[in-house]
Amino acid sequence: MESFTPYSAIFGGMLIGLGASLMLLFNGRIMGTSGILSGLMPPKKGDWLWRVLFVVGMMVGATTFLTVFPESWSPRSDFPLALLIPAGFLVGFGTRLGNGCTSGHGVCGIARFSIRSISATVTFMLSGAITVFIVRHLIGISL
Amino acid sequence: MKQNLIALVSGLIFGIGLALSKMIDPNKVLNFLDVTGNWDSSLALVMIGALLVTMSCFHFIMKRDTPILEKTFRLPTRTDINTPLIIGAILFGIGWGLAGFCPGPAIASLGLDLLDPVIFVGAMVGGAWLQGVVFKKT
Repeated sequence: MESFTPYSAIFGGMLIGLGASLMLLFNGRIMGTSGILSGLMPPKKGDWLWRVLFVVGMMVGATTFLTVFPESWSPRSDFPLALLIPAGFLVGFGTRLGNGCTSGHGVCGIARFSIRSISATVTFMLSGAITVFIVRHLIGISL
Repeated sequence: MKQNLIALVSGLIFGIGLALSKMIDPNKVLNFLDVTGNWDSSLALVMIGALLVTMSCFHFIMKRDTPILEKTFRLPTRTDINTPLIIGAILFGIGWGLAGFCPGPAIASLGLDLLDPVIFVGAMVGGAWLQGVVFKKT
């Protein structure tokens, strides 16, 4: 299957793990995107700059990579707002309620053998797969 | 303020990893979640690659009494599997499956001059904000 990209997946994943390991080794913190973001709502004195810099780093890292290697992807266009907006809302609400997302629970929590993170990761993976099944195969929307 | 530099570098490496691994491509994410369709298993390897590194590194890091730049580790201490954890993960999964964005790739895409990530992150911040209001969490 031509869409199978094992090498970029493994090495990209290892970089993600490296970022998380640096954050824990030096700053003693979990590299969880949703948690780092929700710590800015509202920003607290002495605890906001590193969060903003982390977010800036993510944007600069991804943008630089895709500028240098533009052939490595094709941006999605014309995705319906009627799906995009509720999706964003559910992701924001759900990750804050469940204390984490793919990076915090998935990449960091599982590595700490946290039973909460393992449960959350299994749950959101299943929930995501069921959602795609319903949207693509039961309703028949394929975007 | 070395901690700020580490946060920036950690974010940079994370962002490059998201782009290289193609986690940043929402269509690829949806094809990964589409296990009964034309399943693209690549992103399972992203998780495996990441966990190979975190599991080995965390093992040694957690043997330290303190992190290098701080006095204490700030780690979650809860061990109970409660309703908010599971309901939150279910809602997150639904949103993830609808659009193919989870928080990391959505944020990392903000610099790509695309409208979709901006709208998604706006809605995501709105959802997180509402959660904070409803559950009075600070």
